[in-house]
Amino acid sequence: MAASDSDNAGAPEGAPAPPLPGGRFARDGSMVGRIVKIGLLGLFTALGVWAVLPLYLGGNWLGIGLVVAVVGLVYYVYLSKRTVPAKYLVPGVLFLMVFQIFPVLYTMSTSVTNMSDGHRGSKEQAISAVESLSVTRTADSQEYDLTIATVGDPETGELAFLLTDDEGGAYVGDADGLSELSGATVEDSGKVTEAFGYTILTPAEVNERSGELAEFAVPTGSGAGIRSSGLSTAYEGRALRVYDESCDCVTDTETGEVYTADDERGAFYNDEGQRLPQGWQVNVGADNFARFLLDPTFAASFFSILLWNIVFAVAVTGLVFVVGLAVALTLHVPRMRGKVFYRVLVVLPYAMSSLAMYLLWRDMFNTDFGVINQILGLRIDWFGSVWGARVAVILANVWLGYPYMFLVATGALQAIPRELGHAAQIDGANPWQSFRHVTLPLLMVAMTPILVATFAFNFNNFNAVWLLTRGGPLFSDNSTAGATDLLITYTYRLAFNEATAQYGYAAALSVMIFLIVSVISVTSLWRSKALKEVA
Amino acid sequence: MRFRSAPAITGIAAIALMATACTGGGDTDSEGGSAEGGLTIWTDAERADAVEAAADEFAEANGISVSVDTVAFEDMQGDVLNAHQAGNAPDIFIGAHDWTGNLVRNGAVQPIELPQDQAALLDETSLEAMSFDGQLFGVPYSQENLFLMRNTELAPDAPETFEELVETGTELKDGGDVEEVLSMAVTQEGDPYRMNLLFTSGGGYLFGQDDTGTWDPSDLGVGTDESVEAMEKIAEYGEDGEGVLRRSIGLENDAALFYDGDAAFFVAGPWNLADAQEAGVDYEISPFPGFEGGDPASPYIGYQSFFVTEGSANSALAEEFVTNYVTDTEFILSLYEIDPRTPVQTEALESVSAENPDIAAIAEAGADGIPMPSIPEMGETWQPLGVAQADIIGGADPREAMEAAAETISEQIGE
Repeated sequence: MAASDSDNAGAPEGAPAPPLPGGRFARDGSMVGRIVKIGLLGLFTALGVWAVLPLYLGGNWLGIGLVVAVVGLVYYVYLSKRTVPAKYLVPGVLFLMVFQIFPVLYTMSTSVTNMSDGHRGSKEQAISAVESLSVTRTADSQEYDLTIATVGDPETGELAFLLTDDEGGAYVGDADGLSELSGATVEDSGKVTEAFGYTILTPAEVNERSGELAEFAVPTGSGAGIRSSGLSTAYEGRALRVYDESCDCVTDTETGEVYTADDERGAFYNDEGQRLPQGWQVNVGADNFARFLLDPTFAASFFSILLWNIVFAVAVTGLVFVVGLAVALTLHVPRMRGKVFYRVLVVLPYAMSSLAMYLLWRDMFNTDFGVINQILGLRIDWFGSVWGARVAVILANVWLGYPYMFLVATGALQAIPRELGHAAQIDGANPWQSFRHVTLPLLMVAMTPILVATFAFNFNNFNAVWLLTRGGPLFSDNSTAGATDLLITYTYRLAFNEATAQYGYAAALSVMIFLIVSVISVTSLWRSKALKEVA
Repeated sequence: MRFRSAPAITGIAAIALMATACTGGGDTDSEGGSAEGGLTIWTDAERADAVEAAADEFAEANGISVSVDTVAFEDMQGDVLNAHQAGNAPDIFIGAHDWTGNLVRNGAVQPIELPQDQAALLDETSLEAMSFDGQLFGVPYSQENLFLMRNTELAPDAPETFEELVETGTELKDGGDVEEVLSMAVTQEGDPYRMNLLFTSGGGYLFGQDDTGTWDPSDLGVGTDESVEAMEKIAEYGEDGEGVLRRSIGLENDAALFYDGDAAFFVAGPWNLADAQEAGVDYEISPFPGFEGGDPASPYIGYQSFFVTEGSANSALAEEFVTNYVTDTEFILSLYEIDPRTPVQTEALESVSAENPDIAAIAEAGADGIPMPSIPEMGETWQPLGVAQADIIGGADPREAMEAAAETISEQIGE
């Protein structure tokens, strides 16, 4: 048997199989494998710790639980011997969760809120912003030169302001109020360099206590206080707007106006319906969805965009298919010479950066300076007229998209045996009949999933429209929805416009797009499977 | 048997490794955001060097650390708002004054008390522009406004009125010297920022102002008779009229038309200066002329400013930096060297104007300017107004277009 150890090829049947790579160490993996495993698990744990730290600081226990559970799961899967299939599935599933499912869930949860500019954070944040942003310098108030000090230890001692006014008078201000400061050394600049009983803080030490400092004010009566402005000046100011929990309202002490919290709209409103700028995020349920399905103006925009979106995706997909296939068939003719050269030419648009190409096409369609109007001697207002812009967008995208279809069709054509065509010819079919009844059905088996993917891609082809027309032309009576807007560009305009960013509404639109594309893709793929069975 | 405990060893080793790696992990979450003990400043890449130089000086003087991160200017506002919401906003960032309303509405910036002696050094209008609800929310350092750039070989004299400009330009065009009467970006979507020159000269207005100069969002000027009349006057020069203003001139080709000598007049901004010098055109800068007998053509003035974020962990240092360092003449001049915009600090402006006549001319062209309104409602006007103006230049009825735009705007503001 010794011979069969070195050469198993001629071994009689029943001889033991050669050892697998790794030999008797296989069940625990090789040394290198184990080191890699330790490294990866360590990295993953570090990632977990890194994720937990901010969650811990933010007091998010649910998040910490989730991270710990995921890390625990990964440890269990990779350290246990029983869960071999899971070892291959876990990374994929985790990535799927992080990059697909969570964003979708997050978008969905945003879609039922009024999140937008002026409604970003929580009510507490809004209240604290209302109060802190309303602190103003009291009329004719004194400006002081400031030195920040503590009583005792710089890190824990009580804060105190050492203040000097224009006349050179020195004061000390603490939580109890202002009093004269004596026995201090004051520089010409007004800074106090030494004061008995106080520790003068360095800028770094002051900064350590920024949080406290922001709240700190030396009371000077009737709600006013001396506050710091930077490290070396202080002024007397007062918060003009004060929140009162008992009435859940904000009172403007200057005008006496009362703004009551409206938890349905997420802002403080007064009797006249005017609101304070700072609002908060509230749950609006299905309002965002209802708005673009039921509100006449929004529904009109939504459905006209949806219709054009489908027309655009169908037209581009259909045209790139027809053009790509036609070119592929032409170059598939066996007698043709210089095929490689033609193929390179045809694929050229595909090799260019589409971003640059879109911008180039945009300039080529320019009414006065564009090369298209100049060469053809036309005066077409491409991007200024509804159908001009639509035709331009489709043309440019067909030009950019057909090489891909050409490549795919060429590959699929080569997979179809030429004998089938010859057989059809012998049966008396003309070239069109042979193409229509033999080649095309076979081609469609390979092409249908790709057409579905192309459709889904073009349905959400943001660059295709944004870089050419930016969704325009827009209309003065409804400037949010343009003639060439796709749902995705419309969503983008709503969410990231210079004007108020409407994340909640844009998220609702995204969810709708997601549903539409899913339904169309799933149905078509299901139908293409049926097609395959027929073929 | 030896390897029965292998999983356990692997696990322990992984945890041990984690212990070394997590120190690195702990640091990462402070990157790019506000961290305790060190100031974080966000600026755009162009000004990063100047800001960094000032920041280093500040850091040394105060014994702290400062990090300067770069963010694209057009993304700055959005990034700051998102970072602020996530709790990792910078302490200080550079922004444009017309963001103020939106930043305040989102509670992302904090008011600044500028010491009176520092405030006195700055242009008063710039401080008003940075204010919202009577409070100062940022420290401005430079301003920018549109002006007329003229090819002195083609048009030696600065036009006094818009009519004169059109006359000179048309003569040059008829003589075959140029292709365009005026290179002014209209774009397909409209450009209310540039159009404001003619719009105000024709008597139009966007929002009313009260006596103190505060913008009144309830007084929307877009659909009013004055604004419609202004647009009717502008329409005379549109595509169906004299063809001076055309949608086919956009931001992608307006400068090229002038640099190539295809237009003698160009509505330009300070950002065009460097390219104009490189293009080798003999140019001169003058105020944009208004209609004969009309109101002055007011360019919008935009101020560049430093903001302090609300809830910054280093608010004391951040306030100190913007109140005492940003107002420092040396610092403003160092920013000017890198990014030449008109300084708002009187001393810096004087020193810059003396050595660069362009800056002096731009400041003069901005004399009739009005700060871009910074109220949040302003954001809602750009698009509808721009579209209406572009439509009118394309031949749409001015009254219909402006009234439709006014309706859209008031609907959006009402929300």
